[in-house]
Order: sequence, then structure tokens, then C-alpha cells
Amino acid sequence: MKKTYKIEVDCANCANKMEDAAKKTAGVADATVNFMTQKMTVEFEEGADVASVMKQVLKSCKRVEDDCEIYL
Amino acid sequence: MNRKHKKMLVRIIIAAVLTVALNFIPTDGYVRLAAYLVPYFVIGYDILKKAVKGIWRRQVFDENFLMAVATVGAIAIAFTRSGDYNEAIGVMLFYQIGELFQSYAVGKSRRNISELMDIRPDYANVERDGGLVRVDPDEVEIGTVIVVAPGEKIAIDGIVCEGRSSLNTSALTGESLPRDVDVGDAVISGCVNLTGVLRIKTTKEFGESTVSRILDLVENASSRKSRSENFISRFAKFYTPAVCFGALALAILPPLVRMLFMSLAPEWGEWVYRALTFLVISCPCALVISIPLSFFAGIGGASNAGILIKGSNYLETLAKADTVVFDKTGTLTSGSFEVTELCPVDMERERFLEYAALAESASSHPISKSLTKAFGGTVDRSAVADIQETAGEGVTATVRGEAVAVGNAKLMKRMGIDCREADATGTTVHMAVSGRYAGYAVIADTVKPTSRSAVSGLKRIGISKTVMLTGDGERVARTVGKELGVDEIHSRLLPADKVERVESLLAERNGRGSLVFVGDGINDAPVLSRADIGIAMGAMGSDAAIEAADVVLMDDDPLKLVKAIRIARKCIRIVYQNTVFAIGIKLVCLALGALGLAGMWLAIFADVGVMIIAVLNAVRALFVKRL
Repeated sequence: MKKTYKIEVDCANCANKMEDAAKKTAGVADATVNFMTQKMTVEFEEGADVASVMKQVLKSCKRVEDDCEIYL
Repeated sequence: MNRKHKKMLVRIIIAAVLTVALNFIPTDGYVRLAAYLVPYFVIGYDILKKAVKGIWRRQVFDENFLMAVATVGAIAIAFTRSGDYNEAIGVMLFYQIGELFQSYAVGKSRRNISELMDIRPDYANVERDGGLVRVDPDEVEIGTVIVVAPGEKIAIDGIVCEGRSSLNTSALTGESLPRDVDVGDAVISGCVNLTGVLRIKTTKEFGESTVSRILDLVENASSRKSRSENFISRFAKFYTPAVCFGALALAILPPLVRMLFMSLAPEWGEWVYRALTFLVISCPCALVISIPLSFFAGIGGASNAGILIKGSNYLETLAKADTVVFDKTGTLTSGSFEVTELCPVDMERERFLEYAALAESASSHPISKSLTKAFGGTVDRSAVADIQETAGEGVTATVRGEAVAVGNAKLMKRMGIDCREADATGTTVHMAVSGRYAGYAVIADTVKPTSRSAVSGLKRIGISKTVMLTGDGERVARTVGKELGVDEIHSRLLPADKVERVESLLAERNGRGSLVFVGDGINDAPVLSRADIGIAMGAMGSDAAIEAADVVLMDDDPLKLVKAIRIARKCIRIVYQNTVFAIGIKLVCLALGALGLAGMWLAIFADVGVMIIAVLNAVRALFVKRL
């Protein structure tokens, strides 16, 4: 399953870091961060609980870039 | 400028004014340090905070950390040696100016591009209880009648059930000529109604309507990352740590070598300063921002010209196009059949056409339609009787009491009538009236007016091979191919043969350049996906084509193909320029810094200046009007 979220991030390199962090989160099959449109597309692994996975994604993103936001 | 930007601007001004003022007040020692720390903290407190937080979270190598270390180091050197704090503050100041500019420029081009794509209708008018109500288009169900007044956008795809008007389709096709619509015509969302009130019965939900699909496609396009983008993010990942360790080595190794092996003074201060210069140069911002921005601008500009590119990666492949394969019908030719030659025997042309049209009046075959169209007048169905259609042969009927047979040579033969074989390209339709041969009409697909210039345009921009594939007979294919000037013609192909042909063409070019297939999206989905780049033309409203193609041309003008390739090339050129320019300048500055020839002022140019230039260059990709 794929879902798109609105995000807020100020620099392009930070967007790349967020993408990496999101990809490494358990339950995420693939993730793309689009800096230009400020959107994050997350593809979840089968049977993953979207809400809890996204909470974890937000946490890992905050770890690499404090100044970011994902609107869940 | 938003609130964040304004706040930063105020901080920049305060810090700059304070620093300049301090230069006129003679101080020294701790007082001097304390005085200069005021503007330093004004401009850099958030960077310092982020750097500390980064270390806390073990995310050391980010630009905040680099800036913090570089400036704190510069302050330490100023305090112990020169007393010149301007450098430390200047570096922070310019770094912030650069960040501000980047944020502003990116925000602005993002808005620009969304404005270009401003085709999202905000509401739909629905009749309820005798009055018009504005509703969210998302809430309109299939089959509802929506009312579109002149000047309004059509919100949802549908069929006109009342009224006539002309539509401005330029937002969708880039075509400025209005299109006339009447009752029964299908209309697509995103067009602007120009003259009359239209009542439209919707055939799709808003989410499935053309306008939503297009917006979706363009917005998601830059998420499919190109090779250059992936290269840059990989590069950035290695580059920053590498430069940091380089700086560390520069600070420690040369003084140690001088001390231990050359018995010279270590000059720690000098080497630490050079190392700090290294750190300032090392920020990869210019690259990391300018590449996706170029692609985004290129895709935005292209969509404004009616060319939808589904991803940055396709822009890259399209720029390398070397072979262009066309489907004939609907792509190079209009796909609508017309009577191109008329050869009646002992009969006036009008009467010939009238008889043919009458006999064929019940058939929905494209050939019958073209005969009716050529006749032009209204068909009086009461004049025809006993219509009999034989598949693969033609039609027999009684027109005004006379037995009329219209069809191919096979039909004539069966009826025992001699007929001449026409020497023309297209389908020959013979007619016999009361058992006597009455002549023939040639019906052919017409070549689009711009096809020829499109093919020669492709040649001019360096496409080495153009190929035409068609299911038609060889003679037709050869004539059309010759008229257009394509290099290779393959005729009598079934849809499956087309895939095979494209595969052998792919094998022939041994990985050099890329192969583009252009079709009208009807029956060629497998070929579209097999080619390096599949382009669907005139695909407005054809969901299958939009799905299968990598690039969608919204109108059916083949010249757009040349434009699409040009846009892709311009965009990729800008990407290369930015990559080479940014990496080149950084490497030169790093070398100069290591040799002690470049101070921090040059370093900050290498960082901020390069970024500003790269961003401005990237925005150029947006301008595609004159390509």
C-alpha cells in the first residue's frame, strides 16, 4: 500500500536524509521524499500498521533532521 | 517572503550593522571578544543550537556542524592572534543569506510552477431545488448534471446535454485555438468555457477526471528520481565526511611533519585556519538543491506547453533520444478517412457521392462515414431500401428504385461486373448502379499538416533514425513514408509484430542513445512500455494511454515531439552545467584553501555564491516557450 504525506523541510540535503531514515524504518518497503513538492510517499510492507509505522518514521526523521515535520 | 524569511532578514541586517559599527570602536582583549560575540550570536544562534543537537543525535556531518566548527574556530584564531572577528561573523552572515535566498527561490519557483498548472477547479455548479448550488467537485456523483457558465472551468469530465459554446483548452493542450462543442460532445475537465452556458452530464468522478489525473501525474513526476539526482545524493553522502576528515588531516599532519621532520615551527594557527576554510567550502548545498530544482522546473515548463513528463528519469532518457519510431495511424496521419480521389463513369460527381452515401447510410464503418462526409448534404434515409451488408465485401441496396452495389473488387466480381483497379494509395470503393459499373472512389487516411516538418525537425536536432510502423498495406505505407521523409518503413504489422519490430530496433542500436516510440495510445500499450520512452499523443481522455506512456502529449500535433526532446535536452544541459560548475568550483577552492591561497571569504563564495548561481541557472529550465 502506498500513501502520500505532506511534509515540511527546509533544505534539500535534509530531505535526502529524511528519505534515507524513512526507508530504514521497519514496516516501510520504500519511501520517496520530494523536496520540491514537499511530499513524502511511503510504500508500506504488507500487513504493516500504517499509523504506528508512520509514528516511527516521524521519529527517525526527527532524529536526522530536527527541523522537519510530517503531517500525518 | 513569509514570516520565517522576514525574521531572518531582520537578523541579517542587525548583525551586519552591528559588525560594521564595532569596526569603528577600538576595543581589545575580552571586551572585544564579548562585543563581537553579540552580532555572532544574533546571526548564528540557531545554527549553533542545531549543531549541538546534531552531535547529541550523532548526526555530525551536517552543514550546521560544519558552519559551527568553522566559525567557532575562526573566533578562537581571532581571539588568540589577529583580533579580526569579521571573518567569523562574515562567514555566518553569508551562510545565512545563502540559506535565505535558497529558501525564497525554491518557494517562489514552487509557487510559479503550481501557478502554471493552475487548472484545478475549485467548485462545480449543481442544480438543486431549482437553484444553482456551488459544491465541492469531489462530491459530485457520476451522472449528475453540472452547469458551467462562460468564464468558468469545467470541473468534471462529461457529455454536453444542453447548450453550445467554445472551449479554451490551452491549459491542457497548450493550443490557443478555441474548440467548439455542441450537444452530445464529450468534454474534459480543465477547459475554460468561453461563450455559452453549458449543461454537462458527468461521466466520471472528480478524482478520475482528466484534470485530477494530470495534476497527480505532474506532482508525482519529480518523485521518480533521475540518475543525476541519485548520483548527487550518493555524492553528498561521501563528500561531506571526506572533506571533514581532509580538514582534520590538514590541521594536524602538516604541522606535525614540519615539527618532526623539517625542524620548522609548526604554525598551528595557519594550518587550523586552512582546515577551517576547508570546512566552509565543504557544504554540498548548491548541488543538492539545484539538481532537483532543475528537473522540477523542466517538468513544470513542459507541462505548461502541453507535454506531461511522468518522471525526472524520463526527461534524462528523452534527452538522449536517437531513434524515433512512429505509429502511422493517428500519429503521423489524422486517423480519419477522407475521399481523396473520385472517378465516376458516366455519372456526375454529386450523384455518385449521393448514391454511395445513401447505400452506405446504415453502416458505421469508417469508410461509410467518409463517403457521407464527402457527400456533405443530408442523407434522406427514406430513399433507400433493402440494405444488405456483406462483411469484407460491401453493401447492396435499392436507391430510388435502382439496385446499387458499393464495395470492393470482390463484391463487383461476385456480381459479375468488370471494374478497374485504381492506381492510388488507400482503399478503393467501387460502385455499380443497375448492374452497370459506375466508377470508384479512393478513400485514404490523411497526413497531418505538421507531420512532415516534425520529421525534418527531428533530423535537424540530430535524431539519427526515424521509423514508421503501420498495419496498412505496403503501397500506402511507402507513399506516406516517402512524403514525410522517414528513414525506415515497416508495413502490414499486427500489434504484436510492432513489439517485435521495436525489440529488434532496440537490439540494433547496441545501447547507444535511446529509442522513442510515439503512438496515439490506441492498441499500442505494449509497444509504449517496451520502448525506452513511450510517448502517447493526443491522449486527452484516453486512460489506457496515459497509464502506459512515459510522456503524454496532450494534443495530437507531432511537432510537440521535437519540442519535448528540446525541453529535455535543455533541462539535462542545465543539470550538467550545475553539476560540473558546482563540483569544479568547490574542488578548485579546496585546492586553493589547502595551499593557503584562499581565505574564508573565497570559501564562503564557493559555498553561497555557487549555490545562488546554480539555483538561478536551474530556474532557467522553466522557460520553454521559445524552444
